[in-house]
Amino acid sequence: MKIDIKLSGVGGQGILSIATVIGEAATEAGLQLKQAEVHGMSQRGGDVQSDLRLSTEEIFSDQISLGKADLIISMEPMEALRYLPYLHKDGVIVTSSKPFVNIPNYPDEAALQAELDALPHVAKLDIEQMAKEHRIPKSANMILLGMATRYIKILTSEQVRKAIATIFARKGEQVVNDNLKAFDLGYENI
Amino acid sequence: MLEKRLLLGDEAVALGAIHAGLSGVYAYPGTPSTEITEFIQGYPLAKERGIRSRWCTNEKTAMEAALGMSYAGKRALVCMKHVGMNVCADAFVNSAITGVNGGLIVLAADDPSMHSSQNEQDSRFYGKFAMIPIIEPSTQQEAFDMMADAFDLSEKLKLPVLMRIVTRLAHSRAAVEINEPRLQNEMNPDNDRSHWVLLPGNARRQYASLVEKQPEIEKAAELSNFNCMDLAKEKGLGVIAVGIGYNYVKEVNPQDVSILKVSQYPLPAKQIKALAEHCTEILVVEDGQPFVEEQLKGLLGADYPISGRLTGRLPRTGELNPDNVAAAFGKENKTAFQPALNLAGRPPQLCQGCGHRDVYTALNKVAAEYPDARIFGDIGCYTLGALPPFRAIDSCVDMGASITMAKGAADAGQFPSIAVIGDSTFTHSGMTGLLDAVNDKSNITVIISDNLTTAMTGGQDSAGTHKFEAICLALGVEREHLHVVVPLPKNMDEITRIIREEINYKGVSVIIPQRECMQTLNRKLRQKKQTK
Repeated sequence: MKIDIKLSGVGGQGILSIATVIGEAATEAGLQLKQAEVHGMSQRGGDVQSDLRLSTEEIFSDQISLGKADLIISMEPMEALRYLPYLHKDGVIVTSSKPFVNIPNYPDEAALQAELDALPHVAKLDIEQMAKEHRIPKSANMILLGMATRYIKILTSEQVRKAIATIFARKGEQVVNDNLKAFDLGYENI
Repeated sequence: MLEKRLLLGDEAVALGAIHAGLSGVYAYPGTPSTEITEFIQGYPLAKERGIRSRWCTNEKTAMEAALGMSYAGKRALVCMKHVGMNVCADAFVNSAITGVNGGLIVLAADDPSMHSSQNEQDSRFYGKFAMIPIIEPSTQQEAFDMMADAFDLSEKLKLPVLMRIVTRLAHSRAAVEINEPRLQNEMNPDNDRSHWVLLPGNARRQYASLVEKQPEIEKAAELSNFNCMDLAKEKGLGVIAVGIGYNYVKEVNPQDVSILKVSQYPLPAKQIKALAEHCTEILVVEDGQPFVEEQLKGLLGADYPISGRLTGRLPRTGELNPDNVAAAFGKENKTAFQPALNLAGRPPQLCQGCGHRDVYTALNKVAAEYPDARIFGDIGCYTLGALPPFRAIDSCVDMGASITMAKGAADAGQFPSIAVIGDSTFTHSGMTGLLDAVNDKSNITVIISDNLTTAMTGGQDSAGTHKFEAICLALGVEREHLHVVVPLPKNMDEITRIIREEINYKGVSVIIPQRECMQTLNRKLRQKKQTK
């Protein structure tokens, strides 16, 4: 069993935290794992992406092949679309629906949402709004992870929850609880 | 096995070195190599053992200091991005002539596809040029394991060893099995001056001895566990899969091909000849430049069919990936969805509130009054001043080139000739150029945009922090033409006035806009909050 996940977003949105949590859960579960990250200039409000590959068998390439991603997890709708050529025909996109507009030529939002909606398997949600409503504004990325975990069949939701507790432990109990609450909100939303 | 840890390739290199008995790491930050030194700086055992790990001023000072530690008998590691090899090349090449005492590993992190670089140069050429062993891990595990082997090899051959990695290994995480750490070397300075004093008489002897060592270096590669061959039953396609290229070949999983994995150089000639005899043609899968492919002609003759990046079977530029390697085996990775229609590029930008923004706002304002003004840029976050909305700089070439190019252009008659350089880049390679300009009384205006850190690589200490005025004065910049300003919108009138005045001064002026990087400032505030 294996799963290839593309994570995407804009620098600073927290996609690497999502990757870290999944990585921790996968390691604890005894899975093989490779995770290619982007560092450097792309942190400065540019697009960022990370390839995360989990498998029960040995993994060779650090990068995901075209047409083979089982899941795209994106903190931003246009950034989800950027990696469409990597998506498997039965692959799923789990994305925040709210555009992050920091460029002058951002596409027309209605057209963008229509293009997303026309794809076969898309789960989208205004995670920022939901995080605000539940007074956990810094945990929007964990709502997204909760949604995505429904499609990461190689891991159980309990394994991912446990990983959240481990990864955020050094930031204190409040942060752990906020992130777990966010995760559950996302998980139940699908 | 001690334990299993999830590590970036860079971190595996760092931990491998610590466990191999490292006594000092010497480095200047540069993507994708930065995390090696950062890992050592934060690692408990490194602290316990007193492993020296502060950032150096540039790659040359790093290389020389590491050679000094090796001279004293201890194990040292030098890390840099590929273009750093150009900066330290003098010391690097000569370290193969002096030879080493304690083990010395030079790590170069290449950046094919130029994710954050100015070129795609392949550091393996430097290793061949210096005639030393080169190692190139395929995986994070190999990166860890190779460190101990490479330090042993370095001490056995009395030569530095070059380790070459690429971005995709440096910045990719995987589980690594960790062994027990080895003890550090004791102090044991080399007493043989004839090795170390490279007067021509000694250097000739040392060079001859380096040439004599070549068969031993080749033999080490031929016997290396990191080079291995898997011959198919049938004659057919042979593949030389180099470093990370091996992973892509295994991912594509071509059937009935013979594979020679190469992770240590000089090229293992015996295995290559055996592969060639068993096969009818050879495909070379290597990331970076066609280093192996070019050498094969010499080994196998002009008539043997060889393909790779030179023949176009793999792309000549850009990094390898599972898609272009699949295509080289005639297997297309098919896409299910066309590229999206509603898509725009999202280039990186200077952060909101960043002092460089105010510097460019001021410069653009003044430059608008001088249609002939040219602004020579440099390497750092402020290179983003080339992009909208600023579009402020006319050049960006290499570390320090802003000042020297502005000087050369001014020598040719360019006016106004303005240089913009960051604080860390200035101490890395700008100071010597400024001295040239002072000695020539060149008509240039130099802006040292000081954000008190090496920001682009993530906020490492900058060698000259709080010393820039003193440095400039000591280099001979005149007191009345040296200004420190605070780049904030409210100071715009003052800053533009000073720039205007200094452009009109016929000589070297230096303006230092000084304000802390927003990223490091915010990080400090967060840390303060957490410790409260």
